[in-house]
Amino acid sequence: MSKEIIKLEDLRREFTMGNETVHALKGISFSINEGEFVTIMGSSGSGKSTLLNILGCLDQPTSGTYEIDGLAVRNLSKNELARIRNEKIGFIFQSYNLLARTSALENVELPLLYNSKVSTEERKERAINALEMVGLGNRMDHTPSQLSGGQQQRVAIARSLVNKPVMILADEATGNLDTRTSYEIMSLFQELNEKGITIAFVTHEPDIATFSSRTIVLKDGSIIKDYLNKEIHSAATELALLPVEDH
Amino acid sequence: MRLLNLIKIAFKAIILNKVRTLLTMLGIIIGVAAVIAMLAIGEGSKESIRNTISSMGSNMITVRPGEDDRGPARGSGGDVQTLTLKDYEVIKEKTTLISYITPVVNGGGQVINGSNNWPSSIYGVNPEYLNIKVVGLQSGSMFTDAEVRSAAKVVLLGQTVVDNVFPDGEDPVGKMIRFNSIPFKVIGVLEEKGENTFGQDQDDVVIAPYTTVQKRILAIDYLNQIMASAVSEDDAPEAVTQVTEILRTQHKLGDDDNDDFTVRSMEELISTFSSTSEMLTILLVAVAGISLLIGGIGIMNIMYVSVKERTKEIGLRMAVGGKGSDILMQFLIEAILISITGGLLGVILGLGSTVFIEKFLHWPTNVALYSIIISFAVCAVTGIFFGWYPARKAAALDPITALRYE
Repeated sequence: MSKEIIKLEDLRREFTMGNETVHALKGISFSINEGEFVTIMGSSGSGKSTLLNILGCLDQPTSGTYEIDGLAVRNLSKNELARIRNEKIGFIFQSYNLLARTSALENVELPLLYNSKVSTEERKERAINALEMVGLGNRMDHTPSQLSGGQQQRVAIARSLVNKPVMILADEATGNLDTRTSYEIMSLFQELNEKGITIAFVTHEPDIATFSSRTIVLKDGSIIKDYLNKEIHSAATELALLPVEDH
Repeated sequence: MRLLNLIKIAFKAIILNKVRTLLTMLGIIIGVAAVIAMLAIGEGSKESIRNTISSMGSNMITVRPGEDDRGPARGSGGDVQTLTLKDYEVIKEKTTLISYITPVVNGGGQVINGSNNWPSSIYGVNPEYLNIKVVGLQSGSMFTDAEVRSAAKVVLLGQTVVDNVFPDGEDPVGKMIRFNSIPFKVIGVLEEKGENTFGQDQDDVVIAPYTTVQKRILAIDYLNQIMASAVSEDDAPEAVTQVTEILRTQHKLGDDDNDDFTVRSMEELISTFSSTSEMLTILLVAVAGISLLIGGIGIMNIMYVSVKERTKEIGLRMAVGGKGSDILMQFLIEAILISITGGLLGVILGLGSTVFIEKFLHWPTNVALYSIIISFAVCAVTGIFFGWYPARKAAALDPITALRYE
């Protein structure tokens, strides 16, 4: 049995809108082990964004427990949450969220700027390593506007890796990409997962889920399905099967 | 997070928006430059007044008849006849703080040499006058005490008078001239002093023994003025008090009586004129200060826009571990960097325009170090003050909302 990275128990989140209370999450329990590649699926309004915010320590549950890497997150201060985000989580967003007019290298360095334990030299070295890992070793000086969508998302992935997180949280990371580029990115995620990196991937596209090892399906704030994929598709193989594009 | 990193981040944000940053700075630049230039002009004119008055003799003390009724519509002291030769003698005898003293009688008249004539003023004094006014002789010599006693008809001329009544450039010493039809022998020419700050030609004078002027020209037995020189500049205020007491006793004034004379030192004169220029300086600085304030508001405005514009960036920074305090510091440092850089450029511009004013407008200027320090400090404070609210707004953003902001 490998180590539990994430442990949720009866997690609830309620929002008060005027006089009404909206139950966004109605008692969710699951664990993610080290090295898993989990896709979290659900239509809009299913509560997956709320769950993602809580998993990412951007939000706190109303009740229930959430532990990340053995650390209970409940009742932590804003600054303590910021530190957990900085040291334990790598974020990847649908719209990449890179800093404009800033080189790929500096974008990747960003999380380490907020970690005073990392020296300037180490920061640079780790950022270069991360960029090489995502295959952008030759484009470190490019700014986002000089990169394609797929490349920008690779920079974002490198940024999520640079702080050596216990888990990468991806929010519709392929949502803005065409099928070919999505598969390229998924192939990269699979590669990273093979190296032992834990990934939680929020998506609403069923075909993306087939690349992961486990899928959790949410509906109306509850888990309706949680299953291991028996047949994990290889994104690299799928990519090869796509019709060749004319350039 | 280390401060150095924050400064780097803020610096980068400024570099990325060069034009906007420069425009933001403009208010501060102009404000600081204006403060420095205005203060330099103010200080310069104050100093020039001081120099002028000092050149007339900084230890000088004057005693005039009549009450002290300072103001623009003061009547001529000559109308009052309360100052006498006896007063002069008593002061001279009793005072301890005065090194030179002379009675002064003066009047206007025509200086005539053959067909040339020139309207001027004649001052009847004793030989100590030269020491009091700190003026030397170009040629010839001063009259003696003996000549004073005998009311000799001898005069010394100022350069302006010489230029007008001896236009051919001949040496006036030893020549005869007439002042209001009375013949005088020219025995010396005064050193040139030029115009003073008030535009008065200090060389347009004729000097003669006071006895001569009293008896032969004005036919009076009182004095228009007594001029004296304190032992040192520091002793001048004390000397004023002493002379006042001597004269009050001499004039037999009771405790309730007002002085029927006015004793004044140059120091007082300086402060009278300085206060006028000080008032002007305050006004100028107030105007400059307002522009500095507007510059600060400009910074606040741009910082607000910047926070709004970079909401998503702030969200990202928070998501990857930036604390609220990190974000606050980032924007605060940015504001301070803008204002301090603006201040620095303002100082340079201010010094530059001061040099320009001095060189091309020929206004006296004097850059005071305190004006640089003050305006620079105001800049830093402006940055903190006007950067604080936008920065706090940025720090208070909710990362979830900020990340989703479009």
